[in-house]
Amino acid sequence: MPTEMLQIVNEEGKSDSKLDPDLPQSELHKLYRTMVYTRAFDNRMIAMQRQGRMSFYAPCVGEEAAHIGSAYALKPEDWLFPQYREQGAMILRGISLEQLVSSLLGNRNDANKGRSFANAWGDRSLNIVHSSAPVGTQIPLAVGAAMAAKLRGDKTVTLAYFGDGATSSGYFHVALNFASVFKAPTIFFCKNNQYAVSVPIHRQLASKNVAVKAAAYGMEGVQVDGNDILAVYCVTKEAEERARSGGGPTLIEAITYRMGAHSTADDPTRYRRQEEVESWKKKDPIKRFRLYLENRGLWGEKEESDLWTEAENMVSEAVRRAEAAPLPTVESMFEDVYKEMSPALKEQLQDALTSRESR
Amino acid sequence: MSVLTIVQAINKALTEEMGKDDSIVLLGEDIGVNGGVFRATEGLYQSFGPNRVIDTPLAESGIIGVAMGMSLYGLKPVAEIQFLDFIYPAFDLIVNELAKFRYRTGGQYPTHIVIRAPCGGGIKGGMYHSQSSESYFIHTAGLKVVMPSNPYDAKGLLVASIRDADPVIFLEPKRLYRSVKGEVPEGSYTVPIGNASVVAKGEDVSVFTYGAMVHVALEAAKKADEKGISVEVIDLRTLSPLDFEAIVDSVRKTGRAVVVHEAPRTLGFGAEISALISEKAFLHLEAPVTRVTGYDTPFHYSLEEVYLPSVGKVLNAIEKTAGF
Ligand SMILES: Cc1ncc(C[n+]2csc(CCOP(=O)(O)OP(=O)(O)O)c2C)c(N)n1
Repeated sequence: MPTEMLQIVNEEGKSDSKLDPDLPQSELHKLYRTMVYTRAFDNRMIAMQRQGRMSFYAPCVGEEAAHIGSAYALKPEDWLFPQYREQGAMILRGISLEQLVSSLLGNRNDANKGRSFANAWGDRSLNIVHSSAPVGTQIPLAVGAAMAAKLRGDKTVTLAYFGDGATSSGYFHVALNFASVFKAPTIFFCKNNQYAVSVPIHRQLASKNVAVKAAAYGMEGVQVDGNDILAVYCVTKEAEERARSGGGPTLIEAITYRMGAHSTADDPTRYRRQEEVESWKKKDPIKRFRLYLENRGLWGEKEESDLWTEAENMVSEAVRRAEAAPLPTVESMFEDVYKEMSPALKEQLQDALTSRESR
Repeated sequence: MSVLTIVQAINKALTEEMGKDDSIVLLGEDIGVNGGVFRATEGLYQSFGPNRVIDTPLAESGIIGVAMGMSLYGLKPVAEIQFLDFIYPAFDLIVNELAKFRYRTGGQYPTHIVIRAPCGGGIKGGMYHSQSSESYFIHTAGLKVVMPSNPYDAKGLLVASIRDADPVIFLEPKRLYRSVKGEVPEGSYTVPIGNASVVAKGEDVSVFTYGAMVHVALEAAKKADEKGISVEVIDLRTLSPLDFEAIVDSVRKTGRAVVVHEAPRTLGFGAEISALISEKAFLHLEAPVTRVTGYDTPFHYSLEEVYLPSVGKVLNAIEKTAGF
């Protein structure tokens, strides 16, 4: 049973030396860079939506440590099943910024052919299964992929990301049960950001926390400070080792906070107090990791401003290229419904082409 | 009388009915403190409190299952599904339980919950915020299915749905929520379930449609009129039970029919209407019944304008039908 939340780096950026994983400097820098890129990306996408250049966006501000630290603990051959608010994990794994923007715009350069709205990122070559808006559906899929890897004798681990709201969905419970019955090499990674749109965590569950639910399904459950990237890395690493060595699934609850709105369509002042938001700003995961690096003499003002300039330039460049791409072709709308276009779809494609001309 | 949007008219219907009947309770995600993501339940939490305006955990199966249980016990729940696209976790309960309860208990346990859900495209919401899946529900015996196209009908039909004895799937075309305004009387009135409405009178071609497409059809009818084709537009309003007399009457007069809906073509409601016309008015037909519908693809995000029936597409169909 989880007793307390694991924290390694406190809000002042001081780490517990007994627990610090002692990652090499280059790796620490890689993690920090990814966090800053993610924040720069979020800032720009929110601004673009406000300017009417994008219909909708769901930022991950405040949750960077939770998803970047956990994705970092896995190997490239491990499969990710994202929810939608894991921009940093996408960037860390290697989806280009331009792809992320192209997908949001639904343009012709989007590898997913412009069909999906907002944050529906994924990439088969990177073992990221595209996220989908219906809450919770990805969770059992991660279990199935893990069961298949086990059947095949592969050492692949799968990880499903989901929010606290998703723990109320049937899919969560079904998935945990299957995973523990079949000892699937899966990690259930709950980013408890305290809200599901406007609904606070205490309206999602009446148990002590999310992690305790693991006990009922016969698996390990742990709580971690989701704004402490090193702690997130360590608990995920442990879960990954357990899964890979045949020890079955783990439920991780990362305690974090959705610092921004649920999405650009949401106004959080309707349901939460500004003081609460301010108190979490002090726990900002990027600020904390920067203090940690500074305390260890691994970072300074110059590095900081250079990195931000670089990240913002890279995002601008990605936006420039993505916005230059045209919309997908009308033909492409009818592709991939089936492997081969059905007779009805062929006829409808002709109709769409002629109607477009007559419009 | 005041000029309201559809979302305000829905809010009015809920407020007035809840004020009169304390067995009415609302359940849904974000409907309480937040007033609903589209603000349909704005202010209701403040007026009626957390016991009657219930912010639920994120589980549509829970919302519908619990609403049904409440109904069995005598309450009148109105459940909001945040987007129709997210109703499927509750599909088993709706199709296997809600729709069949009265029947399989020999009438002992009728359930009469109302399920409100924003539906349809036109807001750049992609495939999970735009679906028009009314056919699944129309196809299920025991459910009533309603879709208003204007504020007056929205209020009157919602009041009628809440007072109805059967389960009602109340579909709200979200792109009309704020874009269509109209006069709505204060106080209660109903628009009867099961009655279509002639929203434009005409002689040459009948257009049968509902929801957001009513406005596209009216626009096309205006353009057709300029070209000398007189078009009758019928807003079906209730999809189940269907007012087939209104359909047959109109076809008897015009002899030509176009059906417009944004749901996919195959087994969309147009198929049913077309079959009904050929069964009940075959000898009056002067031209084949034509459908203008969404395509048999998932709802496309960035090509939504290509996907949806447009004024141009409807006008084209009207002209073809008229000139057959
Ligand atoms: C099945 C389903 N119901 C409702 C929604 C609408 N919706 C989108 S996100 C969301 C809240 C999700 O909360 P949580 O799982 O905690 O994740 P977070 O957004 O906080 O990251 C809701 C209700 C949805 N996408 N899917």
